[in-house]
Amino acid sequence: MTHATQTVDSMRPPFPAESGAGVYSNKLGMWVFLASDVMFFTALIGSYIVLRFGAPGEWAKPGAVLNVPLTAFNTFLLICSSVSMVKAYAAIQDGKKYFLRPVPGKTLRDGGLKFWMLVTILCGAAFVGVQLIEYFKLVHEGFTPAGFRDGSLLAEHAAADPIKYGLAVAGLYGSSFFTMTGFHGFHVTCGVISMTYLYFTKVLPEKYSPQDYRGIEVIGLYWHFVDLVWIILFTIVYLI
Amino acid sequence: MTTVAHSRTDAHAEHAPMSFWRKYIFSTDHKIIGIQFLFVSLFFLLVGGILAMQIRWQLGFPNTPMPGGKILPETYIASNGVILPEYYVQLVTMHGTFMIFFAIMPLLVGVYANFLIPLKIGAHDMAFPRINMWSFWLALLAGLIMLAGFFVPNGPPRCGWTMYVPCSARSDLSGVTTGQLLWSVSIVVLGLSSVMGSVNYITTVINHRAPGMTWFRMPLSVWALFITAILGVLALPVLQGAAIMLLFDNVLGTHFFDPVAGGQALLWQHLFWFFGHPEVYILILPAMGMVSDIIANGSRKPIFGYHSMVFAIIGIAFLGWIVWGHHMFMSGMNPTLGSTFMVSTLLIAVPSAVKVFNWMGTMWRGNLRFHVPMLNAIGFVSMFTIGGLSGIFMAATPVDIPLHDTQFIVAHIHYVLFGGSLFALFAAITYWYPKMFGRMMNPGLGKIHFWLTFVAYNLTFFPMHIIGMGGQMRRIYDPTIYDFLKPQQPLNEFISYAAFALFAIQFLFAFNFLWSLKFGQKAPQNPWDDNGMEWSLPNPAPHGNWERTPNVYRGPYEFSSPEAEARGSDFLPQYVKLPTDRDPAPAAGH
Repeated sequence: MTHATQTVDSMRPPFPAESGAGVYSNKLGMWVFLASDVMFFTALIGSYIVLRFGAPGEWAKPGAVLNVPLTAFNTFLLICSSVSMVKAYAAIQDGKKYFLRPVPGKTLRDGGLKFWMLVTILCGAAFVGVQLIEYFKLVHEGFTPAGFRDGSLLAEHAAADPIKYGLAVAGLYGSSFFTMTGFHGFHVTCGVISMTYLYFTKVLPEKYSPQDYRGIEVIGLYWHFVDLVWIILFTIVYLI
Repeated sequence: MTTVAHSRTDAHAEHAPMSFWRKYIFSTDHKIIGIQFLFVSLFFLLVGGILAMQIRWQLGFPNTPMPGGKILPETYIASNGVILPEYYVQLVTMHGTFMIFFAIMPLLVGVYANFLIPLKIGAHDMAFPRINMWSFWLALLAGLIMLAGFFVPNGPPRCGWTMYVPCSARSDLSGVTTGQLLWSVSIVVLGLSSVMGSVNYITTVINHRAPGMTWFRMPLSVWALFITAILGVLALPVLQGAAIMLLFDNVLGTHFFDPVAGGQALLWQHLFWFFGHPEVYILILPAMGMVSDIIANGSRKPIFGYHSMVFAIIGIAFLGWIVWGHHMFMSGMNPTLGSTFMVSTLLIAVPSAVKVFNWMGTMWRGNLRFHVPMLNAIGFVSMFTIGGLSGIFMAATPVDIPLHDTQFIVAHIHYVLFGGSLFALFAAITYWYPKMFGRMMNPGLGKIHFWLTFVAYNLTFFPMHIIGMGGQMRRIYDPTIYDFLKPQQPLNEFISYAAFALFAIQFLFAFNFLWSLKFGQKAPQNPWDDNGMEWSLPNPAPHGNWERTPNVYRGPYEFSSPEAEARGSDFLPQYVKLPTDRDPAPAAGH
């Protein structure tokens, strides 16, 4: 065997391990999943674009049917939750596992992982709540996935001013509005449920440390993605 | 990320013995999940086959009572036993649906991506074993939901497997309500299952390769499965989105595909085929990859043009995204767009031809071993070539105008899906059977099965080209109602007899498969003298695969090399360390 070891070709470097993407598997898996989710929303948004441009009439004017100020507030909530998610991420990177801690010389206390995750969950849940209220209100006024309900308040308004309310394509408007925002809301709900689960199984028992906070990073990726999708949806569905 | 490195080293603590339920039913072992997929998708293959036989009965012998047809309910069959037109369309629809979504796709991806990827790259398991288990159970659930369509009032959808609107979006046109909903729900669940699986495959291939398993030392089967997973992860969500819109059109009264309210029927076709064409390559690329491995083994030569094979896979996968319009030349789409799609489609012939050329280059002057997998692999190459050539007919717009929606299309798809994918699957099942079950399938029966299938298969599907050129429509219920189709009826009858024979021959395979589970010859560790990492393990391989993460010393196709011959054999496995080899640098924790 001594002979064998001498014949090892020392001129060749050992083959590298090529350990892949250079990130841990959970994060890589989330990236791949988000790529797939991009395609899902692409199908919905792409169909929306095709339907809107090919529609036989003008879409309703922004704000005519939908309550833009309410949803603008909701958008603000979701952006806040993204900020608090970043704060949670920064907190655990610094090893701040606590809820709130007084800072000498300051009135405001310093938030840790537990605080910022709770803020994120609450903002996310509030977003879903406001969206549900919006849905109930719209359906009550007569805006459904099939268009304006006969005999409803909105149907009367639309009959009086068909251009403003986009009467000719109200069916398409309802279809795409409820499907796109609905599936976004479903994504937010899934995120809130996952974060709540993590909160009780990992955050409160202080399982995360500056050495391992993979769950926070991975759910954070998902959360920012959902937030980003909302900004696109808010723009194309509510504002233009 | 210290904990990750930690969980890697004590992987074996988790792989302790388990109860029957945890081990075989709710298993997270990629090999068991692969085997679960195998049994389930072979069952759905049988279901699809039974549906096909009824289609052939109707086409060969229209207006003749179907033997045994009386047991079917009266919504399917007339009182005298003749298949009703509605049921015929349902047969066609569900044959396509089951074969594509629940037989071929899970057989190739569900079974072999699960089974082969970790074994061939030297990993202990998938990156996310629990998600992997979910992927299987969701696929089974989706299959059962689809199957339930037969047991609801008015049965499954009647719009063809492509589920074109407005037929599928309006129950007043199709006469089907519940069955249509079940189809959409099943597709959404299946999409979820596929995405979960694909996320797993991609992550595993990128992050869990053993030290020394560089990208260009991966076997072509792993390359193909990896690229297929990328297609799956990006294509299935589009189908899900489309299926959800279809579902909402049916349930919530939305108007996505309803032209009366401003929706667009053509939108469904665009969405469906934007998914559908990458899907075509999901159904063939894994077959190409596995056949590449088997042909190199059967030829005792390195695969010809390994790198060009890899780039051909990538090229086909990329081009697959920009050709969907060739399914829609006759849909009323802008004809200028048609020319674009024609050119991109014809381009796919280039990487496909590279692959066929390379397979033949591999066999050229090889020391051929005609074992059963090799025979089936050669069957794949020859039949795929015919299927590929008939594809060029339809890719060219002027030729497609008379040929589209005829039996010529049926011939084409079966040449690539049966002659292509299914022959590759016969090869793959036989080849990796010992790794799955520890026994060999009977080679004699396997050879008889191959030759009989090969003959009956060509007798069944080749004449479809002819009757298609004669103008017989793709989903016609009764060809004899048209005078110009009447002269072809004897050929239709002939095809039916051949199809019945083809179906019967498959029981030989089923028998061989089941019989060998218990009575097959015990498999030696490396029965095919192959180089793959999986053959360093006992048959069947234990949970967790390797005791210690193995090292990889070379590429997968070192057949008949001087180093191998110096060892007195004609192959040199990837896991064998020669005195001149150095260990690869250990993997960094990730």
